[in-house]
Amino acid sequence: MQGKSWSKYLLSLPPMAYLLIFFAAPTLIMLFASFRYPGEYGGLAPWYVHENGRLTFDLTLENWQRLLGTDIYLRLFVKSIGYAVTATLVCMIMGYPLALMIARSSRKSRDLLLLLVILPFWSNFLVRIYAWMIIFSPVGALTRMLNGVLDLFGAGPVTLMYSPTAMLVCLVYVHLPFMVLPLYANLEKHDLDLLDAAQDLGAGKWRRFWLITWPLSLSGVTAGSILVFIPVLGMFAIPDLLGGTDGIMIGNVIKQQFMESRDWPFGSVLSMVLTVTAVAVVLLGSRLGQRR
Amino acid sequence: MQRRNVLLWISAALVYLFLYLPLVLVVVFSFNDSRLNAEWVGFTWKWYGKLFHNQEMLTAAMNSLIIASVSVVVATVLGTLAGLAMEQSRQRLLQMLVLAPIAMPEILMGVSLLVLFIMVNMTLGLLSIILAHITFCIGFVALAVQARISSMDPGLVEAARDLGASPWRCFREITLPLLMPGILAGALMAFTLSIDDFVITFFTAGVGSSTLPLQIYSMVKLAVTPEVNAVSTLLMLLTLVVITVASRLSPAVFRGE
Repeated sequence: MQGKSWSKYLLSLPPMAYLLIFFAAPTLIMLFASFRYPGEYGGLAPWYVHENGRLTFDLTLENWQRLLGTDIYLRLFVKSIGYAVTATLVCMIMGYPLALMIARSSRKSRDLLLLLVILPFWSNFLVRIYAWMIIFSPVGALTRMLNGVLDLFGAGPVTLMYSPTAMLVCLVYVHLPFMVLPLYANLEKHDLDLLDAAQDLGAGKWRRFWLITWPLSLSGVTAGSILVFIPVLGMFAIPDLLGGTDGIMIGNVIKQQFMESRDWPFGSVLSMVLTVTAVAVVLLGSRLGQRR
Repeated sequence: MQRRNVLLWISAALVYLFLYLPLVLVVVFSFNDSRLNAEWVGFTWKWYGKLFHNQEMLTAAMNSLIIASVSVVVATVLGTLAGLAMEQSRQRLLQMLVLAPIAMPEILMGVSLLVLFIMVNMTLGLLSIILAHITFCIGFVALAVQARISSMDPGLVEAARDLGASPWRCFREITLPLLMPGILAGALMAFTLSIDDFVITFFTAGVGSSTLPLQIYSMVKLAVTPEVNAVSTLLMLLTLVVITVASRLSPAVFRGE
């Protein structure tokens, strides 16, 4: 189809209009909301007053000052980023060998092995969290076994549920496929002759990996890391259900501001910070990807 | 050339175990005759029976199906248009609008849509959830369609044009039939995303518009019961069927994205 200049807009106009209204506009509205006062019964207060023919605006910097006034929120952000970095690293350590194995197996089995990675990813998000609630439950086999072993050494019983560890395991579990897929897409394209050449020249297994496979796969590593890091950073359901009091992330506080304390302006402030962080990570990642 | 590396295979096998063991546990315990998800007592269907007498659960399932069906139809049309437009010409704004919702944390879309809906005085309910679901489904359909177009032979369209077919006829008789597997795969993907969505639905749902994931969330928050295992197993089964069909239709979509 040779598009005339108007026909390309004919195609793109409906989806563009929809996404402008339901994606771009809400983001801008939220930025605006971060400068408004909270409503008396939650929500937002009116942002202008029309009295005796005079229009006055009711906007404030208070919400942003509240963010910067204490180090509570900075610490929360640092902690959330810490959890997200940890989850990303663990995903990489677990996902890399898997992706490599799939990329190096025969063409016929690749599709099946890959499908096996994707399938759990398509099962319901809450079901996957719930599965770990069963595993970590205090009456579950894992906790009882662990405490049995600990008892032999005279150590006191531990609970696995409601801890940052439980939360991290689940974060990794849910996001692992995001790491494996881009890694696989990259590793599959490698020219295996390079490895053969290195072997002929006497390079050992590890040397071949570190000097050839790893550097070539860095763009895949970057892509996978972004795909894991960003959703983990904004997560609230997993910390909510498994994290306990220590495992609170920025997403939990945003949810709390909108659903429980109903301080929407401050919730908007936190959301904007999360938005900027996510955009920065994506831009940084694509920069890194381009350089290679 | 085949490279066998025992260490690699063992670690990969362990990761597969990590991926599947939890889900197998959920399924197994859904048939267990005990309130505790702790040890095997005996086989039973009773949790499934209970499920079909749970009115709230049935309403939630109905809501989920309504939301998914309507969202998928609209998102498929809009997503297909976006995919075609993106392939035809580089439109940076469109590209950004299609990809950004996929790249951002879900919670941001959830809260910002909540603010939008309240601002225009919309009552939160099925309609607000549907509008939200369409928003995040468009991108996935567009990507599926785009992947399909780029694997198409442009010579076919050119040949048809050379033989005198009008652009519309060319689209209807060549492009659209060739695109169909991509469109269907995108639609099925959108369907599972909609049925499964928790985060965005959580913020855009109102009183009485609970969906299956919301229902599971509120049950799980209270206590871990085998009824949740039963509904989880059924959901998994549904997703498995839909995704298998989708991946048959358009394998490229499910590879390395």
